[in-house]
Amino acid sequence: MSTLDDKINEINRLAIQITKDNDDDRLMNLSIGPQHPGSGHFRIVIKVDGDYIVYADPDIGYVHRGEEKMSEHRNFIQNIPHLERPVIHDSTNIIYSYSLAIEELIGINPPRRGQFVRAIAAELDRLVYTTYWLAIYGIFLGHSTMFMWPTGDRELIIDLLERMTGHRVTHAFSVPGGVRNDIPYNFKEKCLTQINYFEKRLKEYEDIFYNNPLLRQRTEGVGIMNKEDAIKLGVTGSVLRASGVPYDIRKVEPYDVYDEIDFKVQYMKSCDTFARAYVPYLDMKESCHIIRQLLDKMPDEGSVREKIVGNVKAQPGETYRRVESGRGALGYYIISDGSTKPYRLKISTGSFRNILALPFLLVGSKLGDMPAIYWALNYWPIEADR
Amino acid sequence: MGSLTPDFRFGNFVGSIVWLVFVILALVTLLILPIIFFTLFYIPLPVVDGEVLTPYLFFSMMVDPSRTLPIVQFFIHTDLFRAAIFPGFGFAALIAAATIFVERKLLAKMQLRVGPLYAGKVEGIFQLLADGLKLLTKEIIVPSGADRPIFWLAPIMYVSTAAAVVALIPVASGWVVADVDVGLIAAFAILAFFPLIALLFSWASNSKFPFIGGLRALHQMIAFEIPFFLSALPVVIMSSSLNLSDIARSQNIFWNIFILPINAFVFFISSLAELERIPFDLPEAESEIVAGWLTETTGMMYGLIQLGSYLKLYALAGLFVVLFLGGWSGPQIFPPELIPGAHDSNLPLLQMIALDGLYNPVTVNGIFWFLIKIIIVILLMLIVRGINPRIRIDILLHTGWYKLIVLTFINLFVVLMLIYGGVIGPGGLISAR
Repeated sequence: MSTLDDKINEINRLAIQITKDNDDDRLMNLSIGPQHPGSGHFRIVIKVDGDYIVYADPDIGYVHRGEEKMSEHRNFIQNIPHLERPVIHDSTNIIYSYSLAIEELIGINPPRRGQFVRAIAAELDRLVYTTYWLAIYGIFLGHSTMFMWPTGDRELIIDLLERMTGHRVTHAFSVPGGVRNDIPYNFKEKCLTQINYFEKRLKEYEDIFYNNPLLRQRTEGVGIMNKEDAIKLGVTGSVLRASGVPYDIRKVEPYDVYDEIDFKVQYMKSCDTFARAYVPYLDMKESCHIIRQLLDKMPDEGSVREKIVGNVKAQPGETYRRVESGRGALGYYIISDGSTKPYRLKISTGSFRNILALPFLLVGSKLGDMPAIYWALNYWPIEADR
Repeated sequence: MGSLTPDFRFGNFVGSIVWLVFVILALVTLLILPIIFFTLFYIPLPVVDGEVLTPYLFFSMMVDPSRTLPIVQFFIHTDLFRAAIFPGFGFAALIAAATIFVERKLLAKMQLRVGPLYAGKVEGIFQLLADGLKLLTKEIIVPSGADRPIFWLAPIMYVSTAAAVVALIPVASGWVVADVDVGLIAAFAILAFFPLIALLFSWASNSKFPFIGGLRALHQMIAFEIPFFLSALPVVIMSSSLNLSDIARSQNIFWNIFILPINAFVFFISSLAELERIPFDLPEAESEIVAGWLTETTGMMYGLIQLGSYLKLYALAGLFVVLFLGGWSGPQIFPPELIPGAHDSNLPLLQMIALDGLYNPVTVNGIFWFLIKIIIVILLMLIVRGINPRIRIDILLHTGWYKLIVLTFINLFVVLMLIYGGVIGPGGLISAR
């Protein structure tokens, strides 16, 4: 199994063979999920030979809610609250690219202060999402402290976002033309205090979790996906960056004010599960850095929202805009026929791209590696099902 | 909301109470008292303080304080008391319950949360009681196709096996349920039963995830049983006895941990693996195999297995204390008499408060130091859970076979060198005997 193509052929051959002789006593058929502590809203059908996984089939679609079809029956503003449901922890980012696409279709530009506020909200939401992801990664590996710490610290950032947007989790903050409302008057100081505290906590996470020799033993050299395979499989976000590709939408096609911000694209060359688990952590550090710069450069005065009429008509045409979400590139492809509703709306999510890599990483690894590999893919089942 | 039924009559209520009292009185006089007297007629009654212990004497002793102490003194030296209450099951279960509570609070503090708070007003001390009551009222579900006798027996087997290990742990000089000459071997032999029970139970529950969990338990035993034995071997060489009380007594000059730090470490790690605690909770790895071999347990079945595992925690911590921390040895801090002059006075109440005849300063001192040490060891075992993720099965086997066994041999050779050099051991320079 040297190259990816060989592995794909091998998996296909095994799949055919296993379906042929189903009564093979050597293999045990395990259905991990959908009601299983190691999978939420999601199932992996696994066949194990002893402790080794010989066949894995991710079975998605348990929480398909038809977001795309629903969008065709609502106008551009009405779409905002339900489009953020697929990933409520990262709700600003999933609406961000929608706003960008609609702005392009309508032909408006948000005011400069609005762009900054939107970027701050997006970065804070990235922190909220990634702390939640890290918490679940901790409990997947049996590390209960790592479950509690990020979950607790996440509350502080949620408080910050509540001050900012008025809602704890689903903000509906970013709208076509800027943000819904301005930030409170002493937000800047509060945000800086919170970010400084959070950076301190991040160091402690590294001490208790990432530097733990048992975690290193479990994740280092496990589930290797090299650069070429990662590009071929089409993974995005932290999974792609963990395979040594410094690819970040914020750098590749900067949107709003990201071209004025000085930040590094965090990536690792070790291509293993540890890298995939560590890159989101590095992203969090970088996010704190970005938020500080955004707060510094944000103009103090000015409007935050370009006013549009509620039932706005778009110009006929199509557009595709994407942002870097917590799970990778998150894009909206929208076709407009000149009416007040999208003719067709397609969400391209990072989760759906990343889960495609799961069978290739699981086959040949051990059953004990399953949670580590699966959750390091930065996969959010509801977002993939849409 | 005190509500009465529509057809409530006060006369009926009083009548039902009178009827109940009548039934109870009739049952006691006609059935229970004759049974008690017939039984007492046939069983030999114990002799306390030169008198045969009849029920009448027992009642008089409960009224007269001066006659209470001898009967208590008599009871605490019976085997029943030892097995059921003090060094045996009751004491260990109390420590197990305290351990569960402390574990929850300690982990909560480590993880920046509060832990149990509401049950029992003060910091949720009755949380365990509430959980136990909840488990008692839960339905026990037996999966279809399960091997019923084994499925029902396994939790009880688990608790009783754990209690059997507890019986071997000496708490103070002479205070042990079973003072076996091959105590250490007996302890290891009984501990080896646990994976078998896990495997039997997992096989009996007729489910895939329990089966994988049971096999993992067996793997874990194979990986860690040998370093577990070997780490205790130098202790036996040094004290030239397998009797746990003798091993504890032989450490009254220096504790074994000062000579055998590596072995103590290996023993500690192996006992964590024996206990199936994080990082070695592979048989119960919840993100991989649901709850491992406990997946099909419901209600009090789960409660019994938890009780068994915490009894086992106490037993292994006790074994660690006896083997490496000198058992009950420690400086004498208790006074010779609880209240000076109580023995010579003629006031029965004062004698009772001073526990005259019951109070043995050496024993109490031993129990005190044993408790201090065991609490420290248990806390160390609990803290590990808060800072480590789960280990993987192949790393577990690798650690057990390659690293721990080699580590035990290093210290074994050091001990042999010291013994042949005439430093320690029987007749050595620093030796107890």
